[in-house]
Amino acid sequence: MIKGKAWNYGDDVNTDFILPGIYLELTDPNEMGKHAMEGIDPEFADKVQPGDVVIGGRNFGLGSSREHAPIALKHSGVGAVIAEGYARIFYRNAANLGLPTLECPNVSKEIKTGDAVEVDLVKGIITVNGEKQLKFTPVPEFMMEILNAGGLRSYIKENRDKW
Amino acid sequence: MSTISEKILAAHSEQKDVTPGEIVKAKIDFAFMPALTAALSFHAMYDMDIKKVWDKDKVTILLDHIAPATNIKNATLHKECREIAKEQNLKHFYDINSGVCHQIIPEKGHVYPGMLLVGADSHTCTHGAFGAFATGIGSTDMGAAIGTGKLWFKVPETIKINAEGKLGDRVMSKDVLLKSAKILGADGATYCALEFKGSTISDMSIGARMTLCNMAIELGGKTGICEPDQKTFDFLEGRVDHEFKPVYADTDAVYKQTVEIDSARLEPQVACPHAVDNVKPVTEVEGKAINQVFIGSCTNGRLEDLSMAAEIMKGKKIHSDVRVIATPASPEVYYAAMEHEVIKTLMDAGAVICNPSCSVCFGGNHGILAPGEVSLSTSNRNFRGRQGSTESFVYLSSPATAAASALTGVITDPREA
Ligand code: SF4
Repeated sequence: MIKGKAWNYGDDVNTDFILPGIYLELTDPNEMGKHAMEGIDPEFADKVQPGDVVIGGRNFGLGSSREHAPIALKHSGVGAVIAEGYARIFYRNAANLGLPTLECPNVSKEIKTGDAVEVDLVKGIITVNGEKQLKFTPVPEFMMEILNAGGLRSYIKENRDKW
Repeated sequence: MSTISEKILAAHSEQKDVTPGEIVKAKIDFAFMPALTAALSFHAMYDMDIKKVWDKDKVTILLDHIAPATNIKNATLHKECREIAKEQNLKHFYDINSGVCHQIIPEKGHVYPGMLLVGADSHTCTHGAFGAFATGIGSTDMGAAIGTGKLWFKVPETIKINAEGKLGDRVMSKDVLLKSAKILGADGATYCALEFKGSTISDMSIGARMTLCNMAIELGGKTGICEPDQKTFDFLEGRVDHEFKPVYADTDAVYKQTVEIDSARLEPQVACPHAVDNVKPVTEVEGKAINQVFIGSCTNGRLEDLSMAAEIMKGKKIHSDVRVIATPASPEVYYAAMEHEVIKTLMDAGAVICNPSCSVCFGGNHGILAPGEVSLSTSNRNFRGRQGSTESFVYLSSPATAAASALTGVITDPREA
């Protein structure tokens, strides 16, 4: 169960918003975490709490292939991203890191910044403010295997023969 | 009845054919990493308990995004990359004197038709201009790719961009792409491959085709592909030192969608802040005052791009309120531009010439914008804050439009310059 507060940034949240280019020289994940979302909300990294959920509209994570973006989100404490749609590379990168990226129609209208959100990955249900329930699109099986392994690194370690 | 992408993915996963949506594990032919993502990729590989790359001849690192180093952090990153390259005994390594990765990779003969190429940079799709399946991946995927020589791919559906007719004077391949971005939108090709076809594409130079494929990602595309032809083979001659087998789409290949571009009637296009699909014909944006012009990047930093700018600027002076930064994409381009007096012409007009690198493109190197400033850039992204302050504004255009505007100080139709 992922539990926290929602941060809604709407459509087209690009990788320069999630981690501006100037920080690409960082290699320490915790340092990246301190600048998460700085391109759109410089106060985010100070305010976010472990388990919080970032909400987006269409095409979340468009732009660069920089894994710095999902690494920054994950290490800022974000428990999951829920958006209406994703850019391909971001979606893969996040799953490879073990950061769930869930697809849910209309979520950017249904959940506001500040709402209390609970995500049940197994049942596929998001509960908003203890009342409203939303369903997210089931995560593809292969992705789920990677998420369950805690990301692609541990997946390959454990499944080298199958790879 | 397969598209180029389907055929390449099938061949690399040892299947007779593949269907869009299917997940395949495919063998990689070559993998490259710019410095900014290389260290992370190697850390990922080591975390997978893999100590050596799967093939030291087929993996390379390039120090291109920031070159030379601008501060201690990125100098340290460069140092780590050099150490990794030595330790892994990589056959090819490109230091800060080499230029932009997407220009070096083809120039040095690492790309050929029918291959499967991955790069830890989103604009890896550029190399589809040579009939390869080339796609950008993140560092964890790259860790797996360089460690095992394999990676999983979801077979994409293909969208055809069919451009027919002759482009007008000073209308460039960038304009074709920006028009496609307007039609499809920044997520219009998500999870899809783009195939560029038609007489306009056959007429284009290799460099112009690279501009098209480079920006496939800006429409969400997994890759952009042009069919290889004699121009492709001529470019690769003397660069690629082994046999390759070009791959073509079947005449009955299934496309998700076809976008038609009427090239003869196409006007120069401008992408306005802060989205690549916020595209307008230049005639609707004319008169907008600008502070900086950037001619360069993996999108438009080739000889033909600099030459187009020089043709427009020849014997004239850049407007006093504008600074122009021109950056050849590679030393090969730089030498050629010197030989043809392109560099001299641009300098005479008042341009600053920077060394081959990503330069102004991504806001982490030089040429940073101050709050309130407006840039007209020939690169590929105009996200808020992309080239500096989050309060600055980036417009994207072809080198022709950028050069014409540099002279007047306002966005200008290059057909009138
Ligand atoms: S020139 Fe710009 S888009 Fe191209 S690789 Fe460099 S930073 Fe990326």
